[in-house]
Amino acid sequence: MASSFSRILSSKRNIGILSLVGGSVTAGFLLHRDHVSAEHVRRRYPASAEFPDLRKHNNCMASNLTPAIYAKLCDKATPNGYTLDMAIQTGVDNPGHPFIKTVGMVAGDEESYEVFADLLDPVIKERHNGYDPKTMKHPTDLDSSKIQSGQFDERYVLSSRVRTGRSIRGLSLPPACTRAERREVERVVVDALSGLKDDLVGKYYSLTQMTEKEQQQLIDDHFLFDKPVSPLLTCAGMARDWPDARGIWHNNEKTFLIWINEEDHTRVISMEKGGNMKRVFDRFCRGLKEVERLIQERGWEFMWNERLGYILTCPSNLGTGLRAGVHVKLPLLSKDPRFSKILDNLRLQKRGTGGVDTAAVGGVFDISNLDRLGQSEVQLVQTVIDGVNYLIECEKRLERGQDIKVPAPIKQFK
Amino acid sequence: MPFGNTHNQLKMKFTPEQEYPDLSKHNNHMAKVLTPAMYERLRSKQTPSGFTLDDVIQTGVDNPGHPFIMTVGCVAGDEETYEVFKELLDPVIEDRHGGYKPTDKHKTDLNPDNLKGGDDLDPNYVLSSRVRTGRSIRGFCLPPHCSRGERRAVEKLSIEALASLSGDLKGKYYALKNMTDAEQQQLIDDHFLFDKPVSPLLLASGMARDWPDARGIWHNDNKTFLVWVNEEDHLRVISMQKGGNMKEVFNRFCTGLTKIESLFKDRGHAFMWNEHLGYVLTCPSNLGTGLRAGVHVKLPNMSKHAKFEEVLKRLRLQKRGTGGVDTAAVGGVFDISNADRLGFSEVELVQMVVDGIKLLIEMEKKLEKGQSIDDLMPCPEKL
Repeated sequence: MASSFSRILSSKRNIGILSLVGGSVTAGFLLHRDHVSAEHVRRRYPASAEFPDLRKHNNCMASNLTPAIYAKLCDKATPNGYTLDMAIQTGVDNPGHPFIKTVGMVAGDEESYEVFADLLDPVIKERHNGYDPKTMKHPTDLDSSKIQSGQFDERYVLSSRVRTGRSIRGLSLPPACTRAERREVERVVVDALSGLKDDLVGKYYSLTQMTEKEQQQLIDDHFLFDKPVSPLLTCAGMARDWPDARGIWHNNEKTFLIWINEEDHTRVISMEKGGNMKRVFDRFCRGLKEVERLIQERGWEFMWNERLGYILTCPSNLGTGLRAGVHVKLPLLSKDPRFSKILDNLRLQKRGTGGVDTAAVGGVFDISNLDRLGQSEVQLVQTVIDGVNYLIECEKRLERGQDIKVPAPIKQFK
Repeated sequence: MPFGNTHNQLKMKFTPEQEYPDLSKHNNHMAKVLTPAMYERLRSKQTPSGFTLDDVIQTGVDNPGHPFIMTVGCVAGDEETYEVFKELLDPVIEDRHGGYKPTDKHKTDLNPDNLKGGDDLDPNYVLSSRVRTGRSIRGFCLPPHCSRGERRAVEKLSIEALASLSGDLKGKYYALKNMTDAEQQQLIDDHFLFDKPVSPLLLASGMARDWPDARGIWHNDNKTFLVWVNEEDHLRVISMQKGGNMKEVFNRFCTGLTKIESLFKDRGHAFMWNEHLGYVLTCPSNLGTGLRAGVHVKLPNMSKHAKFEEVLKRLRLQKRGTGGVDTAAVGGVFDISNADRLGFSEVELVQMVVDGIKLLIEMEKKLEKGQSIDDLMPCPEKL
């Protein structure tokens, strides 16, 4: 896609003018010229009059957008016509929470990360703990044979899961895609998935066409995703045309699942009950590589570059886009005042078992990696394996009345 | 420029069939009118400010509608939308506004002296009277499409114009983002404060972007004349008071509107208006007068009568609960207002409400005495 990067249109104004003089748009406009009651081109205001009021805001975009950066970027657009105002709309509309710092912006296409680098690079750096896209390279490693141990004590670990996302190069991302592009993503991915074999053989359930029975089964399996209600997503335009071209694919064994056209082109999930994280990650890597091979056979590829790794809609999911986690019982450890510090040092985060923003119930937590960018998939999964093993050790020690130690902090960006 | 509908040229790479929305489960005016052939003809067009067909219809695509309530399913992003996308909007307008044709002319009449009666609606039944409309400032994009700069300019102009009002119209502006807690509480207690829209019908069209930037409420010191700035339209203008003196409410409404219009003109700005569509507003359902004149009225007996709906229909009135559209009536108290907006003048619509409410109260009184209302039944409206 190198050529598209150099084709960046330098001015939003030019787009407007080009559209007035180009092709069929001209014909349409001229035919109606006589009837237009008040001919005027879009009223233009200086950047200072357009700059959003971010005084009550607490998100990464608001922390990094200055009037100078806004003035520099506000007239730019990607080759698809995606603009800065579109990218930051979600962060303008959602000031954030004093305790949770959201990202506050999205990408509309692969080129957004180039065209709006002056804002996205500092946002990425802040969100990904100092990762500098200007100077650093992101390692991709999906060789699951490198994983050591990875079978958890199932008296504590109830289930294991790895998820990521993938975007199809050449098609706009959910905030910006047209209906045709979204349908094309669906077509490309579903077509590729139909080529999967053995334990990965499965079936696609389109949201627009599923039967009531299929829907109920997917709900019972906890596979069905709903139309987004979070204003963080709806303000970015990701829910447009719902449920057109959205669907769920899963293998017959229900251990490999793909969401199509939700927050990203695809979300890929490998999971199973119990503590065999190694097997979950094996299947994850194998499945991802197979899907990649199948789309490449058809002339497509995933969005990826060595600066940012896999390209996804939200800057928080760049790099690996990977969240590897377990549902684990830690009733004693979770009551220990050192719990948060231990998690921090192990580069892990906790959530309730209902997902992000839920509270833990009955001492069962969702524990997963904090980081996404700057370390490879293998490194992150190993971090989770080592970390969860440590947590289980702590729980066992506390059960025996022994004391536990806060581990030394793990180095980032190995 | 709502989010996501990037530049229209991107869509032109795909065929109309590939882009055509799936409207098979939809029940709104847009979905009834739009065809693949029409989509093909209109999709390459845009208004001079860049509003496209997909921008117009996004809210109707995202909100299939309800089997019983027919929503409009499209919005305008600027004045020119109604011209450039005539092929879609004319039939939508015709369907929504009782057969109003593309060649019809709309009468504007804001002379309150032309209203007969209306000062004596029985206060034992009529609890309050209210008239509202909207106005758009020519030359600025409408809420689905405006930039922050434009929205702020609309606010600034409105504040300046409203600050010049005097006499019983003298008042104060409260910007949503600057109001104090005390001011906010007072506005809530007065039932003046409007919230960030939550209805997906509005959100899907992009009207809530950048909330609460450049949004605010102005009202006169007497709290009988209220203006909303940059909610669903540039301006929503409301005149109201307790009791049944609709004439006084309408007087103030006309005086205030006329004064505001001339204040804008002094500053070089006109309202969007033309002789076919009347006042131009964001939603096609509010074209013409954009006027809803109504009362909160106690009709406990009438509302239980089998012919209640038929009577309202013949009087060209509609009922709502007192919480507003989509609420249910409580304690036999209804919000009754005109059903029409376009094709009748302001005076004609308020006259319908005044005459209709008078009749409904007469019927209520008869029912209280156990008498029949058959001889009071209005004639079926000639459609």
